[in-house]
Amino acid sequence: MSDHSTDSHGDGHDFAHPMPVPMLLAVFGALTVLTIITVGQASFDFGSYDVLIVMFIATIKATLVGAFFMHLAHDKPFNIFIFVSSFVFVGLFIIFTLSDSQMTSKDFIPVDDAVPISAPAEPSSVPAV
Amino acid sequence: MSAGSIPSGAQIRDPGYPTHSENYLTNSKGIMSWIFTLDHKRIGVMYLIGVTCAFAFAGLLALAIRLHLLSPDGAMFKGENANNIYNQVFTLHGAVMVFLFIIPSIPAALGNFLVPVMLGAKDVAFPRLNLCSFYLWMIGAVFFLMALLGSQLDTGWTFYTPYSTTTDTSVIAATMGAFILGFSSIFTGLNFIVTINTMRPPGMTWFRMPLFLWATYATSIIQVLATPVLGITLLLLIAERTMHIGIFDPEYNGDPVTFQHFFWFYSHPAVYIMILPAFGVISDLISVHSHKRIFGYRFIAYSSIAIALLGFLVWGHHMFTAGMSSLTTIIFSALTFTVSVPSAIKVFNWLATMYKGSISLTTPMCYAISFIFLFTIGGLTGLHLGTLATDLHLHDTYFVVAHFHYVMVGGTLVAFIGGVFHWWPKMFGKMYSELFGRLSCLIVFLGFNLTFLPQFVLGSRGMPRRYATYDPEFQSLHVMSTYGALLLGVGLTVALFTLLYSLIWGKRAPANPWGGATLEWHCTSPPPFYNFERAPSVGDPYEFGNVEWDSEDERYVSTEPERKLVPDEQPSEVPAH
Amino acid sequence: MAGEETNSGGDHDHDHDHDHPPFLAHHFDTPEQQFDSGKLGIWLFLVTEILFFGGMFCAYAIFRMLRPEVFEGCSQFLNTKLGAINTGVLLFSSLTMAWAVRCSQTEEHKKLTGMLAATLSCAMIFLGVKAIEYSHKWHMGLLPAGLFSYDPNHPHHEGGPNYLLWICMPFILIAIGTILWLVISLIRGNKFHIACAKPLTVVALSFFAGVGLGTYLESGGSESHAVAGAHADGDHASGEHAGDDAHDHDGDHADHDHAHSSAAQLAMEDSGDLDVLEHLASDATNTGLKDDVAARVRQSEEASGSFAYNTSDDAANTINDVEREFLTPSRAGVFFSIYYCMTGVHAIHILAGIAVLVWLLIRSVRQDFNRQYFGPVDYVGLYWHLVDLIWIYLFPLLYLIR
Repeated sequence: MSDHSTDSHGDGHDFAHPMPVPMLLAVFGALTVLTIITVGQASFDFGSYDVLIVMFIATIKATLVGAFFMHLAHDKPFNIFIFVSSFVFVGLFIIFTLSDSQMTSKDFIPVDDAVPISAPAEPSSVPAV
Repeated sequence: MSAGSIPSGAQIRDPGYPTHSENYLTNSKGIMSWIFTLDHKRIGVMYLIGVTCAFAFAGLLALAIRLHLLSPDGAMFKGENANNIYNQVFTLHGAVMVFLFIIPSIPAALGNFLVPVMLGAKDVAFPRLNLCSFYLWMIGAVFFLMALLGSQLDTGWTFYTPYSTTTDTSVIAATMGAFILGFSSIFTGLNFIVTINTMRPPGMTWFRMPLFLWATYATSIIQVLATPVLGITLLLLIAERTMHIGIFDPEYNGDPVTFQHFFWFYSHPAVYIMILPAFGVISDLISVHSHKRIFGYRFIAYSSIAIALLGFLVWGHHMFTAGMSSLTTIIFSALTFTVSVPSAIKVFNWLATMYKGSISLTTPMCYAISFIFLFTIGGLTGLHLGTLATDLHLHDTYFVVAHFHYVMVGGTLVAFIGGVFHWWPKMFGKMYSELFGRLSCLIVFLGFNLTFLPQFVLGSRGMPRRYATYDPEFQSLHVMSTYGALLLGVGLTVALFTLLYSLIWGKRAPANPWGGATLEWHCTSPPPFYNFERAPSVGDPYEFGNVEWDSEDERYVSTEPERKLVPDEQPSEVPAH
Repeated sequence: MAGEETNSGGDHDHDHDHDHPPFLAHHFDTPEQQFDSGKLGIWLFLVTEILFFGGMFCAYAIFRMLRPEVFEGCSQFLNTKLGAINTGVLLFSSLTMAWAVRCSQTEEHKKLTGMLAATLSCAMIFLGVKAIEYSHKWHMGLLPAGLFSYDPNHPHHEGGPNYLLWICMPFILIAIGTILWLVISLIRGNKFHIACAKPLTVVALSFFAGVGLGTYLESGGSESHAVAGAHADGDHASGEHAGDDAHDHDGDHADHDHAHSSAAQLAMEDSGDLDVLEHLASDATNTGLKDDVAARVRQSEEASGSFAYNTSDDAANTINDVEREFLTPSRAGVFFSIYYCMTGVHAIHILAGIAVLVWLLIRSVRQDFNRQYFGPVDYVGLYWHLVDLIWIYLFPLLYLIR
């Protein structure tokens, strides 16, 4: 990471990589189109695939933003690595916690299961406030 | 190696002593030059003072706890509020020790001083951020004091819901404090990662870095990756208290186990924030004072990183009895054992380093050997707690208390003190009394074991932790433990006064009092303001072949045979062969 | 040879740091090293941000998994139009920010100031729209669990503080401040101050453009949806609660109706839980927000809940019951907790972004940046894109649940 050449005072463009304007505009266009697609698909019911589709589109958008607006496409591999690894750790965190919640959910949210059984017994027991 | 063995004809290299205007301690004057300093060494010194105060404060609380437990009904705090006071005292002890002392102790105090010097850089990458993180530490400390002076906190340092959302003590002040301290920790870690990545001088390759830097690097990874999760957890906890957001609070269908997941996702890796830098310190101490190349350099380096990464996979072992699903507990239990592998690798490597080394039993070395002993006990008892079946029995007993004190105090604190003794001559340019230093180590070692060994027995017999009173059958062990704590206190006081005494009456320290080969011993003691006027020539950090004892001046010097290629700017003076 | 590596005194004479330009910190050797360090630093900071938000995404995932129907139902209260507009605004601000980075690299100083001002304006518009969304929901009592006081029969509380005004207050003060600054600097003829104050005035005012945009979309949305399903649901509700004094029930709101219609699908799978409701009713009174009214409404909820159980075969009759089931503090309230936490923390990041962008804008007027030193623009840009990136995920996850 520290391979900085000693003399960079020449024309100075050795570490600045200006993004061409047409590329920026194209990325913005793509992002807008994808946003419209996301909003549009929401009116259709894809059932449980819904989240997956939405997340897929969002990830494409995130990739576009990351690669071009954030210059990751031209950045040092190490920066890409740490950025991606942060998602790995978030994923790790969510997967463990979520899977544990899923396996124990029946225990810690009794209201979802137990109540309908007791419901008919209580129509008259409305607390008189 | 042996005394007075400078080969004749060899050139010796020694930076000598700093002038008054070079010395970072004296090159600028006035309190403002300290308050607004951007010099990493001064910031490190300020951290050192800060964490020492925090430690003294929390240590006194610990003594109060131990004195209270002298008798089964409580000897220290009286009155009908006694149990509440006890709760507040152990909460404050834990919170201050964890957030204000152990986490910043080695990385922030020693790390700030050493990382750039060891690396051969002029400063950390972001000096202002560095100062900022020190002041964040101060602000966090103020919040903790507010929690103390306001309605007192009694949740334990873990802030578990639902108690923390229902108690009317100042949870918010304390969580704000922890939140701010988290940012202090993040900024320190971020700074070190960037420094180590981008500020290495030519020649300082990854595998020429001292192992302390590897350990700091691994610690920084954890600080950057885990601490934000603590931040959001505490923020959500504050929101839970103020707005009842219902994520953690069962009253609104929230889930306390989720809080524990969130909390331990940070706080288990935080355990490695506490112990990993200690590994780094010990690696350097063992190698330097055995005057022998570290055994298995790459294994130690990689195992630091491995611990940092594996540490993210095991947080569930704090929650075996919290109501996780049985499958999750099994997975976490199995993963917990994997973490013990890299830790064991380190211990074996240290022992192998000492084997057939020429060990000088200096004060730092005494502490390092104590560390190996105590940490091994702490680590091995961790296996009992990682095992599902025994953990169900031992959970929330004194066994757990003893286990983590063996790791945190016997490990981190002892390594911290050892490190301070090791680098004290470098930091302040003064030599302390070896006799009193070793004496302090002996007292600390005995006192520590007397305090916490009985607690293993107490725990396995069923004494639960965090109780203000206990059955009379436990009294003899508790009394032993209390006497041990007093002895430990005496030992730490001796260590403190040995160091303070040396500041005024100590002998002037040479540049290399121990015979180290890492870069910090290549600059004067104390280092000049800029550390290295020009990029130092980097050699092997554990090559002691050319470090010789100069008995005339009582110092180690690096000797060089005639042929020496010095990257200097006056090549005409240096015949380069 | 025998000695002194560090020879000369601690003076600042570093001949090896040849022409050390003013922007290059003393401990770096080259501008590129400085830039690389800063870049790595900001990337690490972004990593911490991602993990910070990761905690909330985790909470979201857990509660969505546990109570999908609540998320589906409550999402209808969020105005998709406003969310989509805000997405567009943020994307555009990302574009201008990326462009600003380019301008700083190519040393187009005027354009750089313009692009930063455009980014800032977009941020302000975003906040303006957000202000409309928030104030609207607060007005309806769609609040985090502890404060949740939404009443389907009275979606619009009478009276109550004017939340929108309170949110706008600091922005009004800021706008007045910048205008004053502009006027004073115009009078004094201080060119630098004029150059700073002009774009900042535009920025401050664009908050109100956002408010206006939000108001327009919010009201427009209301009208179009009112036709859709207001009457059917309204009839049900008034029929069942004939005893209630549902005086403003005809003022059906779009969001409210959405909730009604989607609730129909849930009727079968989720029927009443009186115990909890009862329990929660008492909790809600503890908060002292609604006192007797709340208790009364809950009473009727429970009554209808049991009614729903008995006639659960008839889907039409259960619409309102199901809706009421998830419109409790422990269900809808938790959704809104997560909504406020996520969007609120995101909004705080926008505010922080605005603060650093203003700093950048002033520096850009001062023409501090050049091809050797554009780091700050680049770093703030990266931060800004990350904030945008998080919104890219928040928008579908919160607004677009069907």
